[in-house]
Amino acid sequence: MSDVVEKTLTALPGLFDSQTGAAKITNRLRQLVKSITELTSKHEEENLIKQELCAMKEQVSSPNTSMKQMREIMVRAMYCEMLGYDASFTYIHAIKLAQQGGVLEKRVGYLAVSLFLNEGHELLLLLVNTVLKDLQSTNLIEACMALTVVAQVFPKDMIPAVLPLVEDKLSHPKEIIRRKAVLALYKFYLIAPNQVQHIHGKFRKALSDRDPGVMASSLHIYLQLIRESPDSYKDLTGSFVTILKQVLGGKLPVDFNYHSVPAPWLQIQLLRILSLLGKEDQSTSELMYEVLDESLRRAEMNHNITYAILYECVKAVYTIHPKVELLEKAARCIGNFVLSPKINLKYLGLKALTYVVQHDAKLALQHQMTIIECLDHSDFTIKRETLELLFRITNAQNVTVIVEKMLDFLRGCNDEHTIIHLVGKVSELAEKFAPDNSWFIQTMNCVFSIGGDLLQQDVPNNFLRLLAEGSESKEEDDQLRLYAVESYLTVLKGHTSHLPQCFLQVMSWVLGEYAHLQGSVDRREVIRLLTQLLDQRSVSSETRVWILSALTKIPEGQTDLILHLAERLSSSQDTVLRQQAQELLHLSQDSQLHEWVLPRGAPWDAIEVDSSLSFLDGFVSEALAAGAAPYKPPHQRQEELCEDRALNLEPYSFSLPVSLSSCSITDRQSPTLLSVSSGLSGNSTELSQKAGSSTLILEGVKRVWGKDGYLPQKEATAPLVDEPSAAVQPPVQQEAAERTEPRPELSTRNQDKQQLASSLFVGLGVGSSVSLLGRSEAPPPRFRKKPRPHESSSSGTSEKSSGSSCRSSHHTTDIFLYGSFLEEEPATSKSAFDHTPKSTTANGLSQNKDTKEDKHANTSQIFGGDMVIVRPSTIQDKHPPSESSDLTALLPADLKDLPHSDVISLTSDPSLSLSSCRLFRDEALLLLIFISNCTETVIKDVAVQLTCEELKTASLRGNIVDCLEARSTSVCHYALLMDDPHTNVSFTGTVSYQTQPGHTNTLPFSGTLSTADFIRPLVLTTEEYGKLWLSLSHDVKQNLKLLTDAGDPLRTTLNALKDALQLHVVDIIGSEGIVACRLLSGAPCLLHCRVSGAALVMWLRSPHPALPDCILYHCQRALAHR
Amino acid sequence: MIKFLLMVNKQGQTRLSKYYEQVELGKRAALEADVVRGCLARRKEECSFVEYKDYKLVYRQYAALLIVVGVTENENELSIYELVHNFVEVLDKYFSRVSELDIMFNLDKVHIILDEMILNGHIVETNKNRILAPLLALDKMTES
Repeated sequence: MSDVVEKTLTALPGLFDSQTGAAKITNRLRQLVKSITELTSKHEEENLIKQELCAMKEQVSSPNTSMKQMREIMVRAMYCEMLGYDASFTYIHAIKLAQQGGVLEKRVGYLAVSLFLNEGHELLLLLVNTVLKDLQSTNLIEACMALTVVAQVFPKDMIPAVLPLVEDKLSHPKEIIRRKAVLALYKFYLIAPNQVQHIHGKFRKALSDRDPGVMASSLHIYLQLIRESPDSYKDLTGSFVTILKQVLGGKLPVDFNYHSVPAPWLQIQLLRILSLLGKEDQSTSELMYEVLDESLRRAEMNHNITYAILYECVKAVYTIHPKVELLEKAARCIGNFVLSPKINLKYLGLKALTYVVQHDAKLALQHQMTIIECLDHSDFTIKRETLELLFRITNAQNVTVIVEKMLDFLRGCNDEHTIIHLVGKVSELAEKFAPDNSWFIQTMNCVFSIGGDLLQQDVPNNFLRLLAEGSESKEEDDQLRLYAVESYLTVLKGHTSHLPQCFLQVMSWVLGEYAHLQGSVDRREVIRLLTQLLDQRSVSSETRVWILSALTKIPEGQTDLILHLAERLSSSQDTVLRQQAQELLHLSQDSQLHEWVLPRGAPWDAIEVDSSLSFLDGFVSEALAAGAAPYKPPHQRQEELCEDRALNLEPYSFSLPVSLSSCSITDRQSPTLLSVSSGLSGNSTELSQKAGSSTLILEGVKRVWGKDGYLPQKEATAPLVDEPSAAVQPPVQQEAAERTEPRPELSTRNQDKQQLASSLFVGLGVGSSVSLLGRSEAPPPRFRKKPRPHESSSSGTSEKSSGSSCRSSHHTTDIFLYGSFLEEEPATSKSAFDHTPKSTTANGLSQNKDTKEDKHANTSQIFGGDMVIVRPSTIQDKHPPSESSDLTALLPADLKDLPHSDVISLTSDPSLSLSSCRLFRDEALLLLIFISNCTETVIKDVAVQLTCEELKTASLRGNIVDCLEARSTSVCHYALLMDDPHTNVSFTGTVSYQTQPGHTNTLPFSGTLSTADFIRPLVLTTEEYGKLWLSLSHDVKQNLKLLTDAGDPLRTTLNALKDALQLHVVDIIGSEGIVACRLLSGAPCLLHCRVSGAALVMWLRSPHPALPDCILYHCQRALAHR
Repeated sequence: MIKFLLMVNKQGQTRLSKYYEQVELGKRAALEADVVRGCLARRKEECSFVEYKDYKLVYRQYAALLIVVGVTENENELSIYELVHNFVEVLDKYFSRVSELDIMFNLDKVHIILDEMILNGHIVETNKNRILAPLLALDKMTES
């Protein structure tokens, strides 16, 4: 007893505290709401919420805050977030509240979670356990709220965790639980359809649930499923029809009624499902005619909600397979709607009509007068909907009137979204139905000046393409172009400062392209008008580029004007303009070049843009040969900058007795990094491959230059020149007043309307019944665009076509920009890469021979013998890869002991297959090329030519074989010398042979060699090393990865390097190691390695400036690839 | 499909907002201001639907409080218009003559009611008794 009293007493203060606290908090919420209602300015609101957030922060972190108080805090946080202030510090507390609170707190916790956290928020994972617990709770309310939150936000990945529990709830005795479980499964279906595939059977059970609420919930799932694949659910049509019948028949409990209409939203849902099922399916449609008829009949009550049902019903009737009586009834319904004095109903009627005219355009005729009235309605929304309707019934006969109406509306409209939308429609109609050239051009002029820079880029692009591509008849095309030119000249002569940039661009393009068609107009005048535009301040620099491009196309003989212009612009601030001015100058002085760069009237598709810039390859390779650093994209440069910094952090401390002065670290511009990067991605293709596609990142610089010179990347997608970005500029203020035409006089208004009606609805019906005034015959359309098969109305293709038109409208610029290079293109692409072989004669050495005569003399003496023909009986397999393994057996006896690489296949054709093997001699790399005859016949006059511009090559023997027997292999020897280190070098060559006399085939091949092939160990003592070290001038220092997977990291790493690069490890002392190597028998390179933390500090020295870089690069690779 | 539901007073102050499609917190205020401006600019005799960007707005005014629902183009505007009224009737039933202050002081409860009616942008329950059942049960449990 005393125990109990004691407990109560100790609990009392807390109880009091929490109570008073709660009261205080409630007051706080009350206070907050009160303050919010009293707010007068944004500034006040900001102050208030800031204070509130501070107070809340304090409270949530206080351990004394009870769950009840926390609930209040959540509501306050909802207020803060609702007003747009971040209260993310409360999110975790919302989850906590859902976890620990009593029922009401829990509900508010869940509510806060669903309001604050969106799908994918990481905190949601913390909710999973709570949800699991609540789903298993015996308390209905808890299970209910868990299901609610699961249907709102739930992490996709955690669905499997709750799915069995939710599935179980489908057979729960309480309808509310079953209903919520169905909704949760619907949510799962939306976010992870695969997870619920197995429970489709249970959805059917839910559909036939005895409770209407559960059944109604399952309809959400079915609407979705049927929308995705109507055919799979045709068998359910009967069920849906029965359900709708029961609903209509008042079989549901009364509390499902809304204003005496039984479950109206349920009816709407069912009608939607039925229309999807009956679409283009006669037999299914027949099942629902009766219930649709009943639905139309029942919905006669005069209430908004019945109209909403009727609207849905009408849509269904017009969607499914048609039945005349139903159509008539539906049409009458629509009539009642549009004629209704209730504005909302009129709107719905118009919307229904818009839908219906797609199926039956004649229906619009019955309501033409109403439509005309709606067109002049004061309500913006009604007008807008009417235009939508008119758009649907436009044909070649009424297009002018309808487009005029649309343009009228546009002139008075200042909503950006509507303008963009409607202007797109106008241009679509104009393209489709234009009656003649002048109308088309005039209409497009309106489109451009009204739509202005809000226009989607594809509108001007499509227009220009239409002009450029033309139709079947050149005459007609030229007429259209001519009209455009004339029209634009008129426009340009007027005020131009208010014209949108996009219109100016279109005009300048057309003038540049087609001004020559207009014989009567003075070229000087055109040039003058365009030049005038250049001077306007309102003209954007992008437009200036367009104008200048146009000016480049026009001149012909007007050199004085152009020279003047070019001179003026060559001092412009804008580099692009300056460049263009230079080009303009150049082209205007060389008419031949001009004609070639900008051919007049050239077919559009004939112009190809070399977006890979392959014509620059000659230039690039020359520059590289001259020692220029390879191109690196900015991101790479950035990365290196970081690396560079990391490098500099290394203290300059060396244990070797070396004076710091001899190794000038600071004067290095980090060529190491340059060469490293060049090996990874430094090649000029990066320039054009803005997308940075990894396919283009080649092993080394030189590999890009293949056997046929540079291979242009056909798949290059990134356009060469940046698309002039469709800069959305503020809409040009339209001088609406200036444009709006005077309204027709009131007295004649009715007659006008009738006339309007006859012109609007012409061509919709049949024969004379169409026109009210009997002026039905409209001239047949004179203006027909060439049908473009690749352009359909679907958005996907229009996107594509806009892309292509972008290209076409810009490629003139491309060509122009690179015009001067183009001239040299044919020459460069050939000469730069097809170097004449340096060694063409058998057993001969290259012209470099004289310089290294003595060295090579030995070699050629050694190998001076004849070629060897081997006829292995073992080789049966034609496939080179498996064949290659056997080929090592073919190594000449005198070379067998040399270290050599694996045999790799170079290339093959039906007759020959080529493989190669590298043999590492001290003073040279021997490249053996195995030529295997894969045929059963003798191949004659086999001659091998090998070239490599970086290496000295000497054919030792076997490069000419008079006669290669069937299934035999001949070996051809080359000695390769590397004087200047290159990271990677590639060789190319050809094999020519005759299978039949007089018929020479050639088989090209190519391969890559790395510096590592040319590195040889340099054996010397530690003392010699020390002496040599001091005498060497070029050094490089860098941190490398240390292989730490073995007991002795330094030794492991050095051994790895030794294996990969044939280095000689001179000595290892403690944490330092010294290594030596040389380039063949030439320049030595000394490496000093020191372990520093997890890195290997490598310091390289060599008399040759580039050698350390190369070796470092290969060291890095060797370590990275382990 | 329903994209959002707003309750705003005539001064343009948001009293309740519920988004069924993720909209960044920072962009909500601007969207709400735009929406309210669009609706308040319209006259009584004009229809209750207005175009806004890719949405249609359906709005209905009760005294000083405006309820605006953003729906997709394919939605049946009139049915949404009536849904709003149904929602208000439910609120009226729960609060017995609902006022702006009721909504403000019971923001959480209004949200709980709304959650019963609209889920993921779909109308899931319109039966007033069923909408209120969970909330009434909660109230009962906290009372006892």
